[in-house]
Amino acid sequence: MERFFIELSNMRLQLAEGLITTVEVSIAAIITGTALGLFVGVGLAFGTRPVRWPLRAYVDVVRGTPVLVLILAAFYILAAFGIHFTATGSGVFALSLFCGAHLGEIFRGALEAIPLTQIEAGKSMGLKMRQILLLVLLPQALRQALPVWINTAVEIVKASTLLSIIGVGELLLKTQEIIGRTFLTLDFYIFAGLIYFLINFSIEQVGRIAERRLAGH
Amino acid sequence: MTYAFNFDVIWANAGNLLGGLALGLALAILAIAIGAAIGLVAAFAAIDGSRTLRSCAAAYVTFVRNTPLLVIVLVAYFALPELGVRMGKIESFVASLSLYAGAYLTEVFRASLTGIPSGLTDAGHSIGLTRFQVARLIRFPIMLRNALPALGSTFISLFKDSSLAAAIAVPELTFQARRINVDTFRVVEAWMAASLLYVSTSLLIAAGLRRFERRFPKF
Repeated sequence: MERFFIELSNMRLQLAEGLITTVEVSIAAIITGTALGLFVGVGLAFGTRPVRWPLRAYVDVVRGTPVLVLILAAFYILAAFGIHFTATGSGVFALSLFCGAHLGEIFRGALEAIPLTQIEAGKSMGLKMRQILLLVLLPQALRQALPVWINTAVEIVKASTLLSIIGVGELLLKTQEIIGRTFLTLDFYIFAGLIYFLINFSIEQVGRIAERRLAGH
Repeated sequence: MTYAFNFDVIWANAGNLLGGLALGLALAILAIAIGAAIGLVAAFAAIDGSRTLRSCAAAYVTFVRNTPLLVIVLVAYFALPELGVRMGKIESFVASLSLYAGAYLTEVFRASLTGIPSGLTDAGHSIGLTRFQVARLIRFPIMLRNALPALGSTFISLFKDSSLAAAIAVPELTFQARRINVDTFRVVEAWMAASLLYVSTSLLIAAGLRRFERRFPKF
């Protein structure tokens, strides 16, 4: 145990670097995925058939495929087509696609749960469809989807560990490198597990608070 | 951007890919069976147990749900031997996935148990059933029926999560697709085949489960 703490203090910079990469990659995927998800959700809820069909195919294929397959496919296929993303770039790309598909389905559900009379009311006030969407529907849908959106963040942080398999230097890969040098397998894996737990547990608590606030109104 | 498709490699490796798919399904079936047993015990502990049992069940669920599956898999395979627990690749992966499934199923079963109207259990008590009989004859079957849709979607998730076994070189579908990719450079074909197999199997399972659910009346 004493040796673990000595090694931990020796390796603190690498671990911090890995942790920062994990956080950066997750935030990038959540932001891109949310933008994508909003677009997909609106398209699925209100689009015409030629809009809905390809979006439905995207959502179903991505949701039916394991995240690891998405990540490996993005990593190898982008390179085969001469698109030279870094491993981190392909990883964020794959996680964003995954996040966008899940959130698209969630936002669609939230939008469709809003009574149609609100659209009619908006129209009768002379609002354009774009205005109804931005001023009436989206604020309510986003509010309703907030707790689930926060849960998705936990899923993305967990999925970011899979990027270690394509060589992105996030927390798990850094941990594995340190284990390769120190042979303190159990100690460092448990340590990494605890950090992930703390990040996700904090996000989960924020989600709980959001849920309670929403239920209170 | 010219990429000439050539699916010969996929046909030549069809046996490996389908074998990998079958292995993934087998891993998921084992994990949901063991996970359901864990979930059943933990859910009853979380509802009927003493304060200590209740907090144990809650700690298990919170801890596992907030830890990445890949970390659990790596700990089970690479770190547990340090404590003298040695398992083969497949055994350690099944253990990890079952532990993971157990946490999610605890939540599923707990919600289903909480949803049972108290009139039904009161009726059981009033005709003289013991507490254990009420749990076994009334609460358990209703819980199972209410949990069916969530059990189905958990199974599909576990089937997709079985892809993580590739990280410890268990030759399931993702591992096979990656091998084709690395050996032959038929990059697009390999991942298209893998994705298609995962998606179509998930859809088939979902359709099968819907038919199965309809055979049982809802409470």
